[in-house]
Amino acid sequence: MSIAEDTPRRKAGFRFERWAPLILLGGALAIYVVVALVTGQAQYLTFDNLIAILGRSIALGITAIGQTFVILVASIDLSVASLISATAVLASVVMDGSPAMILPAILAAIALGGLVGLTNGLVVSGLKVNPLIATLGMSLIIQGCLSAFVSNFAGEVPAAFQMFAYGELGPFPVALLFLGLLAVMAWAVLRFTKFGSDIYAVGGNEEAARFAGIKTGRVVILSHVICSICASIAGLYLASRLRSGAPWIGSDGVYDLESIAVVVIGGTVLAGGRGGVWGTMAGMLIFSLIDSVFNIAGVDSFAKQVLRGIIIVAAVAFYAIRSKRIVA
Amino acid sequence: MTDPVIEMQGITKSFPGVRALSGVSFGVRPGEVQALVGENGAGKSTLIKILSGVYQADAGEVRMNGEAVHFVHPVESLRAGIAVIYQEFSLLPERTVAQNLFLGREPRTRFGLIDSAKMRADTREVLALFAAAGRIDPDRTVGELDVATQQVVEIAKAVSTGARVVVMDEPTAALNEAECEELFATVDTLRARGVAIIYITHRMREITRLADRVTVLKDGEVAARFDEVPAPDAIVRAMVGRDIADFYAPPATPEEIGDPVLTVRGAGNAMLHQIDLDVRAGEIVGLAGIQGAGRVALAMALFGETPFEHGQVTLNGERVSFQTPRSAILGGIGLLPGDRKSEGLVLMQSVRDNGMLTSRAFAPLWSSDRRNAFTDRARMDALLDHMEIRAASYDQDIRALSGGNQQKAIVARWLSMRPKLLIFIEPTRGIDVNSKAGIYHLMRDLAREGAGILMISSDLPEVIGAADRVLVMQEGRIAAEFPHGATEQDIMHAATGETGVAA
Repeated sequence: MSIAEDTPRRKAGFRFERWAPLILLGGALAIYVVVALVTGQAQYLTFDNLIAILGRSIALGITAIGQTFVILVASIDLSVASLISATAVLASVVMDGSPAMILPAILAAIALGGLVGLTNGLVVSGLKVNPLIATLGMSLIIQGCLSAFVSNFAGEVPAAFQMFAYGELGPFPVALLFLGLLAVMAWAVLRFTKFGSDIYAVGGNEEAARFAGIKTGRVVILSHVICSICASIAGLYLASRLRSGAPWIGSDGVYDLESIAVVVIGGTVLAGGRGGVWGTMAGMLIFSLIDSVFNIAGVDSFAKQVLRGIIIVAAVAFYAIRSKRIVA
Repeated sequence: MTDPVIEMQGITKSFPGVRALSGVSFGVRPGEVQALVGENGAGKSTLIKILSGVYQADAGEVRMNGEAVHFVHPVESLRAGIAVIYQEFSLLPERTVAQNLFLGREPRTRFGLIDSAKMRADTREVLALFAAAGRIDPDRTVGELDVATQQVVEIAKAVSTGARVVVMDEPTAALNEAECEELFATVDTLRARGVAIIYITHRMREITRLADRVTVLKDGEVAARFDEVPAPDAIVRAMVGRDIADFYAPPATPEEIGDPVLTVRGAGNAMLHQIDLDVRAGEIVGLAGIQGAGRVALAMALFGETPFEHGQVTLNGERVSFQTPRSAILGGIGLLPGDRKSEGLVLMQSVRDNGMLTSRAFAPLWSSDRRNAFTDRARMDALLDHMEIRAASYDQDIRALSGGNQQKAIVARWLSMRPKLLIFIEPTRGIDVNSKAGIYHLMRDLAREGAGILMISSDLPEVIGAADRVLVMQEGRIAAEFPHGATEQDIMHAATGETGVAA
């Protein structure tokens, strides 16, 4: 503290941290446009193509919105990928091609998500198990149970429910609108409700929050419930998109680590207390734009993996260096 | 005379192996400042933690407005109207002033959403009570404010909860002189509003300035109670149990001062301008100034953390330009940081490990050669013994030690490197009176052994008493120099500039 104490007071005004995700997003967009033009593939620059790019990251976006809540509260959730697989299979099996079973299947999926989130939250806040370990354990438990029952695509999603992934409203896919709506809701909760304020408080300084009379345990638990329910919605979306559920779709998509990466690229601090859902959306866009750049440029899939790794680390380093320079 | 709002009677509390409090009675009336003083370990913190419900007393009772109360959680005492302002603030740096003020009790609109407009207006209303109000914007993020302003926010938070009793635990520990005055004004405001204030401090000047009554704790018992503030000597005698005639070590005699160890000429960087500075062997140079004047920036420049960008630095006759702390340490500079817990100590390591932190960092990886003597346990233990560090064992975690003993362990760490220049930042912050004297004498001993010492402190009496020469910084420059024996007024005058004395 005493080092900072004698340095001149920081000036108000432009706060780099707040705009960093947008700067990165602009950069990603610029790279995308340049690559499309340079490789002479201007057909990728249409509105339809942009929508298509977004469409590929809907499951990741939904999961990352939930992940934002737990990271803001200074926890983390590694069980989302397994939960996505589990809910996709559960929904698909319950529906089993029958439109009448759509609602029960959705309810079952969300109930499963709620239960997993509640357990995660209780273990983290009640038993004081480090969230990394608690949710890793939960992930193994879910994946183990799931593999014991199914080993391939199971059940069938009726055509009516496939509307979730394939339906369109005017020029926009239904799922994309849904993602937008979910993001607005998440933003409103964080910005305008007491629960949102409590999340920032608990994530920022749990002790201070407790001394202010906030029931910190409840805030952590509820954040985990929200995260898991978002993951189960992502599972429902994938079941709709693949027309059936399979026990590997979550882990194949690496939704656990990628959702964390997207949240962090979006400027939410891994230690909690700072960030928000629009950053996460920007992070998701950055991710999908970069993927599209690789596709246009014809980068092979292993090199792609390496480049993505470099980009994640570089983005976070960019934040760290920039915000340090501002302080100094 | 009004009835006490808080009355604690016969409070007794034991921890495994220690009796922290025995039969302590203590009360505070509305509209008074009751100073609670005592050395570290005397039981002040324990008493406050019982009052606020963090601990439960083994025996005795707490009465509030005449009724017995049993708080089992800090939230309960807060609701009852007792606010404790700890040394480590409970503010959220990433949230705004308004959000912090109403943390956990945000006003709502009729739709159940947070009413930001009302929150902002109420914040302005509360802040208007304080002198600093004009410079605090409710929408500013708390992390952007300086420590003193953060403290105003912390106090405003207590006021906004409608607290009738405010406990301040060494509130001036992180403040400089001008900011202290502001704090005192804030305390006066609270007192005038009929708030009962329990004020914990080590500094006699604050007691004289603020307190209506004084209670002195020693070894878990009430050593003295003064209904009128007595002369500082009487308080100190009650605290320590003896007179402290030789609180500060005597200044250096001319024969003891040798050649310059450090010479800086025309040096500067973004925060420092035209620094000319000499520190001689055997000499303690005090560095005073208000917060932001560049004292810590100067220390960090010498230590290579935020290096000088131009100018000349000579250490022991050699031109140097340290770009990293590591090179500064190799060159013979040691630095004792101001915030021991966050910058100085590895709290979860033992006393011995903390003592060997630096020497190990410079020990060769591949051999156990004894060039660097203090990577040897026995020799480090001997050094720790020599420093008279009081610990159950040197294997004990250092966080269990008192501030004074922790500071000595950090000194031991540097001694093993045989430094030519030692920089102390706020050497006695949060350290009790007896240990303070120990630190001053230790600094003098180090100087006598030939080291040059640069001491940065916000405690003016300390700078005046312990240093052979005082430099005053202002806005990144060295504005004035005083020999031993300067008055506080002289220094404040130089530190604030001709026009800024009113601060």
